[in-house]
Amino acid sequence: MEWINAIVQGVLLGGLYALFATGLSLMFGVMRFVNIAHGDFIIIAAFAAFTLTSLTGMHPLATLIVVAPVLALAGYANQRLILNRTLGKDILPPLLVTFGMSVVLQNLMLEAFTADSRRLQSGALETASFQVIDGLSIGVLPLLVFLVAVAVIWSLQRVFYGTGVGRLLRATSDDQTTVKLMGANNAHIFAIATAIASFVVAIAGVFLAMRTNFDPSIGPARLLFAFEAVIIGGLGNLWGTLAGGILLGVAQNIGAQIDPGFQVLFGHLVFLAIIAVRPEGLFPRIKA
Amino acid sequence: MSQPILEMRRVSKSFGALKVADGIDLSVNPGQSLGVIGPNGAGKSTMFNLVAGVLPPDEGHVFFDGADVTGKNMAQRCRDGIGRSYQIPHPFEGMSVFENLLVGARFGGAMPDDEAYAVSMKILTETELLPKANALAGTLSLLERKRLELARALATQPRLLLLDEIAGGLTEAECQSLIATIKGIRDTGVSIIWIEHVTHALLAVVDSLMVLNFGMKIAEGEPREVMESREVREIYMGLDADA
Repeated sequence: MEWINAIVQGVLLGGLYALFATGLSLMFGVMRFVNIAHGDFIIIAAFAAFTLTSLTGMHPLATLIVVAPVLALAGYANQRLILNRTLGKDILPPLLVTFGMSVVLQNLMLEAFTADSRRLQSGALETASFQVIDGLSIGVLPLLVFLVAVAVIWSLQRVFYGTGVGRLLRATSDDQTTVKLMGANNAHIFAIATAIASFVVAIAGVFLAMRTNFDPSIGPARLLFAFEAVIIGGLGNLWGTLAGGILLGVAQNIGAQIDPGFQVLFGHLVFLAIIAVRPEGLFPRIKA
Repeated sequence: MSQPILEMRRVSKSFGALKVADGIDLSVNPGQSLGVIGPNGAGKSTMFNLVAGVLPPDEGHVFFDGADVTGKNMAQRCRDGIGRSYQIPHPFEGMSVFENLLVGARFGGAMPDDEAYAVSMKILTETELLPKANALAGTLSLLERKRLELARALATQPRLLLLDEIAGGLTEAECQSLIATIKGIRDTGVSIIWIEHVTHALLAVVDSLMVLNFGMKIAEGEPREVMESREVREIYMGLDADA
């Protein structure tokens, strides 16, 4: 029963990882852009929600109404004003610039919020759970996070496959040059992709802050989990990213079940095993 | 007569020391279909790049429908009404044929979703791609890819269509069926500029012909006359200038 419990909790944790990874997956899919500062953006969202709850006393979930649109707008502006300028034949500039952003953001957060570990208080939601069978209980918050992850990915899939803007994003993913011949402006499309990614980053940040402690320095580790989820799932496939997140969560929890020190190590080992056997990931849709 | 749909005035472009467009003057009227021939490296595709906005000219101006579009990029010129098909098809391979057209219609043609659906369906029928509407573009045969290239350019609602060697690599039968399709497009009043080495296909459609060599326009006029002209025979048959 302990093992079943570990697996179930791992699946739910995987939902959070999928939320971390979705924005990264989307930006890579549309513009082959790897955002090294992705994890730090998640922590920024967490601190934004933290500040809002401290100032106004609003519920952490309610902060999303403000944080998500603000981050989406900031993402759009960031892409148009800075990141678009780094795109080109050379793959190094985007990595260097976002790496620099990561360092700057971490230090700004340290300056503004100190190195103290924080957490968003969500009252009864934090501890609420229900028992499925004897020895297996499911927390309401982890379940909520998982369901939100599924809902987010489902909605994004609907956007990508059922709307004009979504088709434009997919067309850009296929062929960035030809899409200009279709009357579309790449700078704007890229910024839309980043805005959507940043919206999901906000959701990820708020849920991270509700589920675990956070401080200004933990961004890069979230980036690593996000990377692993994207690669395991296969590039360009958001459902694959969800599967990757779940696999990573389950692997970590099984590791922790064997020995609490093995949690992160086990996740990395499973990741390594998968890229050794299937370098393209489990369900790839685009070629890198 | 109304003003020309496309005008190039003294347009030049060099790549280093190589002059690929040398003072090209060109005027295309609404509804006109112009063929362009010339040896490899004569600057035919470069001319298209200058018209479509892929390359900025070093000198000269490009006018579309009376307005100077020299400073506009590809996307703006597409929305203005310049459609282009590439010599080597560039479909969005991960999307269905129908979706390929939708992207063109929705953004290049700047129309709402439901209209884009209707227009795409109509063009799929005209270009005989309807049976393949839901196939992934990456799975198409060469003729189908060429048809898709044409159909997607049409979906952007062009008033001027640039066709770059669309008949190249096709079998004779395939070529004939494509000619019929292009004639159909011509007869709807769209102006066409068509670069082609398959001259019999070209002559079946166009009402005037232009010859490029070393980036210069060396002849333009009624197709048969141009084909029989001295300049063309010099280039293609190696006829001596003083023979």
